[in-house]
Amino acid sequence: MYKINLQNKTYEFGSLKEVMAKANELKSGDVLAGVAALSAHERIAAKMILSDITLETIYNHPIIPYEEDEVTRLIVDSIDRDTYEKIKRMTVGELRDFILSSRGEAIKEIRGALTAEMISAVTKLMSNMDLVYAASKLVNTAYCNTTIGKAGTLSARLQPNHPTDDVEGVMLSVMEGMSYAVGDAVIGLNPVNDSVENVRRILDAFHDFYTKWDIPTQNCVLAHVTTQLEALKKGAPIDLMFQSLAGSEVSNRAFGIDIDLLDEAYSFMNTHKNSKGPNFMYFETGQGAELSSEGHHGVDQLTMEARCYGLAKRYKPYLVNTVVGFIGPEYLYDGAQVIRAGLEDHFMGKLTGLSMGVDVCYTNHMKADQNDLENLALLLAQANCNYYMGVPGGDDVMLMYQSTSYHDVATLREITGKKPIAEFNTRMEELGILKNGRLTKQAGDYRMFI
Amino acid sequence: MEIGTITPARIHIGRSGPRVTTKELLKFRQDHAIAMDAVWSHVDEEKVRELGFKVIHTLIKDKEEYIRRPDLGRRFSKETLEDIKNTCISNPSVQIIAADGLSSPAIDTNLKDIFGILMDGFKHRGISVGTPLFIRYGRVATMDYISEILGAEVTILLVGERPGLATGESMSAYMAYRSSTEKPESQRTVVSNIHNGGLYPVEAGAQIIHITEIMLKEKKSGVDLKI
Repeated sequence: MYKINLQNKTYEFGSLKEVMAKANELKSGDVLAGVAALSAHERIAAKMILSDITLETIYNHPIIPYEEDEVTRLIVDSIDRDTYEKIKRMTVGELRDFILSSRGEAIKEIRGALTAEMISAVTKLMSNMDLVYAASKLVNTAYCNTTIGKAGTLSARLQPNHPTDDVEGVMLSVMEGMSYAVGDAVIGLNPVNDSVENVRRILDAFHDFYTKWDIPTQNCVLAHVTTQLEALKKGAPIDLMFQSLAGSEVSNRAFGIDIDLLDEAYSFMNTHKNSKGPNFMYFETGQGAELSSEGHHGVDQLTMEARCYGLAKRYKPYLVNTVVGFIGPEYLYDGAQVIRAGLEDHFMGKLTGLSMGVDVCYTNHMKADQNDLENLALLLAQANCNYYMGVPGGDDVMLMYQSTSYHDVATLREITGKKPIAEFNTRMEELGILKNGRLTKQAGDYRMFI
Repeated sequence: MEIGTITPARIHIGRSGPRVTTKELLKFRQDHAIAMDAVWSHVDEEKVRELGFKVIHTLIKDKEEYIRRPDLGRRFSKETLEDIKNTCISNPSVQIIAADGLSSPAIDTNLKDIFGILMDGFKHRGISVGTPLFIRYGRVATMDYISEILGAEVTILLVGERPGLATGESMSAYMAYRSSTEKPESQRTVVSNIHNGGLYPVEAGAQIIHITEIMLKEKKSGVDLKI
């Protein structure tokens, strides 16, 4: 039982789970789940209580019981015990102060001792600028065919989705995107048709393209992991293996996965992948997925998201991104909530140690628009986000939502002075697409690849 | 090469520096405006009544609540359920329902055409049709409650889809045999992308009649039914 007096009003919270949920910044998904604070005053009361709770208390009270959930077991069991013993008496408030006043390297030294719940807790005490500042200090790199995440780089997934997976149509978007120097993180398609033959056909097309033009990058088709495994067994050239993750065992089951299956995919990829590695997995997440599949256990959506990163970490992924504005207004209502969630997710992923990107996006039934998307994209560029999506004209004609465009990626690079991944950048300069980090006159036209 | 015939993606659109051109920017914003308005506008209920639909509401009180509370957009009050039971035809072979969903223009522009085809087609085949219902603030799962209370064999829900930038007028038809709150979502067969730039309402109507006949014959739907 937690209790606090604020201006002659007493607030009582029955559990750590309730404190965590009510300390969250306002999200429509927490309201829908019935776990959000009932007033602004109650929210700050919960934040005050949370700031005085020690990391040891959080560790000793897993928010979803150890016996009930394999994600909890994974996160608890993989803690760095020695470091944990050193920091366990720190409160959540002190953890915030430590993160903001320490250099990136010092933060990295303690993060092996942080559970997903601790990471979620400290995030609840941070303002938007805190989240940007703290994340900007954390440089997390990963290596597949190229190294992503180095300081001074800003990368992008080329997302050439098509309503029927028509290869010619897909490849037009690939060529157009590449002419904007988009695609250093991965060339990755969300398929309409999840069949093995289709997945293989598209992987082959991407592989042929980057081989022909000698462009150092990675390919991926974001089908279900079991489909990709089948394709791999049939000899498809897969650089990155993809899967959507959730933060609980129940919700992962709704995605048709569990840790055993991910382990199997990881180990088969390790021996059969087309890429160099050692980082060859790609995961997507997003706040609200667990409530949507009724696997949230009454836990707030920020904490469930942190648990996704705890799970992702096991597989040393090359890419992890939250698809922050895709899920809809019943989870993130408007521009302010999406911007907040995007900054939270990015920070939490970075603090977990992941090569973190963000699909900065919105759907048409949200109270958000292009300006909100651009605001979040700019804030994340300051936070040193590893990568963004690159969607033609910002309009995904298959998934029916809006994300960052080829133009946005080029603009963010120019504003921040950041460049694509080094090897990729060199090749873009050779092809006459970039010069001194800027688009050349002939850039931005797919016909250069015909 | 005509790009538009190969992909609807916004490629080869030029640039102003690294930004999109004024023309493309305004076109994009126009498409988004149409999509937003489709979500937040209301179906003209007078026109729906003229077609012969009985208009009912879910537990939702306004559009904002509808967007925030999908749980309430699936359910009805006791009084509404009583009213449906007392005034609508029981045990029909086919129950037709329309709902605004996430696009009111989808209903405004497509319902009349598709409803005409369906009524003619079922009449011609001697298939009994229940009292057509229009649900304001209705989500897909409403069809389960209505089917259960009226004892419908095949239930057809015509609902406005979440609009993309390409169109704000797309409608889907969700169909189920003995549609029930006890069954998983996979009980439903879906005909989607119904609008004048996609699957024409008249064509969709013919497809729905065909699928209904199979459902009535096989007594199943969704993943259990191979069409």
